[in-house]
Amino acid sequence: MAPALLQIVLILAVMTALVIPVGNWLYSVASGQKDTALERLTYRVIGVNPQEKMDWKRYGLAILLSNLAMLLLSYLLIRLQGVLPWNPAGLAAQAPDLAWNTVVSFMTNTNWQAYSGEQSLSYFSQMAVITTFMFTSAATGFAGALAFMRGLAGRDGSNLGNFWVDVTRIIYRVLLPICFVLALVFVGQGMPQTLNAYATATTLEGAAQNIALGPVASLESIKHVGTNGGGFFSMNAAHPFENPTPLTNALHILSMLLIPSALTYAFGRMLGNLKQGWVIFGGMLVMFLGSLALLYGFEQAGNPILSKLGAEQAITAAQAGGNMEGKEVRFGIAQTALFATTTTAATTGSVDSMHDSYTGMGGFVPMLQMMLNNVFGGKGVGFINFVQYLILGVFIAGLMVGRTPEFLGKKIEAREVKLVMLAVLAHPLSILGFTALACTLPGALASLNNPGPHGFSEILYAYTSGTANNGSAFAGLSANTLFYNITIGLAMLFGRYLTLLPMLAVAGMLAAKRRVPTGSGTLPTDTLLFGGLTVFVILIVGALTFLPALTLGPVADHLQMAQGVVLKP
Amino acid sequence: MTIPDPLFHENIRLQPEPTPTPLPRLLLNSFLAAGLFTLVCGLGYPLLTTAVTGVLLPHQAQGSLVTQGGKVVGSAVLGQQFTAPKYLHGRPSMTSKTDGSGPQPYNAENSGASNWGATNAKLRDSVQERIAAFRQENGLSTGTPVPVDAVTASASGLDPDVSLATALLQVNRIAQARNLPVAEVEKVIREHLTGRQFGVLGEQRVNVLAVNLALDGQK
Repeated sequence: MAPALLQIVLILAVMTALVIPVGNWLYSVASGQKDTALERLTYRVIGVNPQEKMDWKRYGLAILLSNLAMLLLSYLLIRLQGVLPWNPAGLAAQAPDLAWNTVVSFMTNTNWQAYSGEQSLSYFSQMAVITTFMFTSAATGFAGALAFMRGLAGRDGSNLGNFWVDVTRIIYRVLLPICFVLALVFVGQGMPQTLNAYATATTLEGAAQNIALGPVASLESIKHVGTNGGGFFSMNAAHPFENPTPLTNALHILSMLLIPSALTYAFGRMLGNLKQGWVIFGGMLVMFLGSLALLYGFEQAGNPILSKLGAEQAITAAQAGGNMEGKEVRFGIAQTALFATTTTAATTGSVDSMHDSYTGMGGFVPMLQMMLNNVFGGKGVGFINFVQYLILGVFIAGLMVGRTPEFLGKKIEAREVKLVMLAVLAHPLSILGFTALACTLPGALASLNNPGPHGFSEILYAYTSGTANNGSAFAGLSANTLFYNITIGLAMLFGRYLTLLPMLAVAGMLAAKRRVPTGSGTLPTDTLLFGGLTVFVILIVGALTFLPALTLGPVADHLQMAQGVVLKP
Repeated sequence: MTIPDPLFHENIRLQPEPTPTPLPRLLLNSFLAAGLFTLVCGLGYPLLTTAVTGVLLPHQAQGSLVTQGGKVVGSAVLGQQFTAPKYLHGRPSMTSKTDGSGPQPYNAENSGASNWGATNAKLRDSVQERIAAFRQENGLSTGTPVPVDAVTASASGLDPDVSLATALLQVNRIAQARNLPVAEVEKVIREHLTGRQFGVLGEQRVNVLAVNLALDGQK
């Protein structure tokens, strides 16, 4: 118990210590005036004017069109895999519906994978499609968040910045340098990085073992720094080649949290109000710690059904114990719980354990975090979602005291609240609507891997993950069917654009409004009290919307497990 | 730029940039950007990383392959299947054959897990069978608790490690099969016990392949 807690505290302390330096760095990237020679060359090649100022409509259009271009190019590359180079295993191209699901998934930074990497994608596709998307989708989300922050800070009228400049700088100044250095460390720890064909070993017992290899480390580093989450191999970060040591696991966790946590500080600087940034950071951290404690507690306690059979799950001097089905010995429960909490908080979606094999309440936590979708969050989106709840909090508090709500010196009026509510409601509508649809279709139910409430959880998890642009799964669900490929693809699109675009519009509208002076009627939003109020608004809105579904799935599942009920498929 | 009108409180809009890029041009920019970033991030960066690690860390970059007498016997970071009594056995693995036609434990080109939920009867039945088999092959009495990692499948199906508890319970069997003193086998296992990284991170564990290579080397 003590060593488990020590490493969790250590990793989170490092994350917190990095908030200020990385936040300052992000701020300088967002607000710096000078372009490097490489950046100027890039603007010339793609033919854009870096001086162009974009309002929210322009910025949003640039996001949509650039994503569309990436989508079409990648679809083409993935379908042509058979004739493109670096395909030593001779893998055929994905079928059209699977290829659609794959490119939408990576474009929206979801990284849901209905395919198995080592059996479906060539080295060329892993690099030119998957690795590229990991950079561009992360940069797009992050750029969206910067534009959103500029709108809220309202320094320059309706100007939210220049999309091309933001994306280029984020890739060149932040993502590429960090990823390159991390990739070197990763290879040093045992991650492969090669274009050679799969190796063949003869084991000590004389059997043949074919070993899938590839350019793994360069994908792994951006996978987590960009909170993407799609694995090179089927079993993602549980695969020893993706995550060979506890150090790589800790670095994966820190990479995921690095930018989302620092973004709160960068926002504080942009506003000229550091306290506001810390209030957001604090709110996120409180929810994160609560989730982590639940997950760690339930998984370390283990599965009573297995205890009854004679499996020892307690912590002893010679074993770490816990519910070890679908987990790896080198990580144990502590690093697994921290990874799972982080990956669903930061909308990454990589896994270093199989969430499908968690105890009922252990599986409750990742789902809840994706439903709330604002505990740190991935590049930008989590932050934007948190601000969405800040605005909702201001609005609710305004209703309670009977005053016109204000946020950061701007009046919040009907139009903004309507857009916020569109974003707040689109999320559960997509999750619960698609889940209900799948539950009524016998063909969709045939994909289940588990009986009873846990089977329902598999469907609920799939659409939650897709809509939250997370990408992790209760992976027992056979999701590579026409129905799931299309509906989860749609859920990913709704989740991405029905949050990003309305909130960008809110920022644009607020930016264009006149600042009202702070008066005695103003509710300050940079206080502990307001931070607490926001967390409650998030929990109440999240709980009221999703609790019925969660009760039918993970809660019922856990109660059955505690009773020793075993279900036959 | 419009001059703010004091009587008109809301929606004071500054004019956007004077000449916004026309739509077809923006579309062209988008495709050029997609192509350029594919070249830089999708080819330049991974190929550069491959070249640099190929020079600096060639062993790891090729998958940490372990050779014995010039033959590749496995990867130091991946598990492999052991069933003979003279070897330390790893965790149950749920990987399947590459064509999906049936189980093939520790298939390193098709990682996989059970994904069974905690209440699934298949999980209970498998664990029950594994506990019985573990007790039998190691000569343990019916009541002996069996370490959980020895009877549950790993997440990757390629877990290279077992807990110290799981390794120690196999010492008698290995010693008997190899005609070695029990203390000798236990010494090899303890020598290959990896502690927490930097004393803090992860859990202590025993690499199964490393122990078995060392045991084979003893003779």
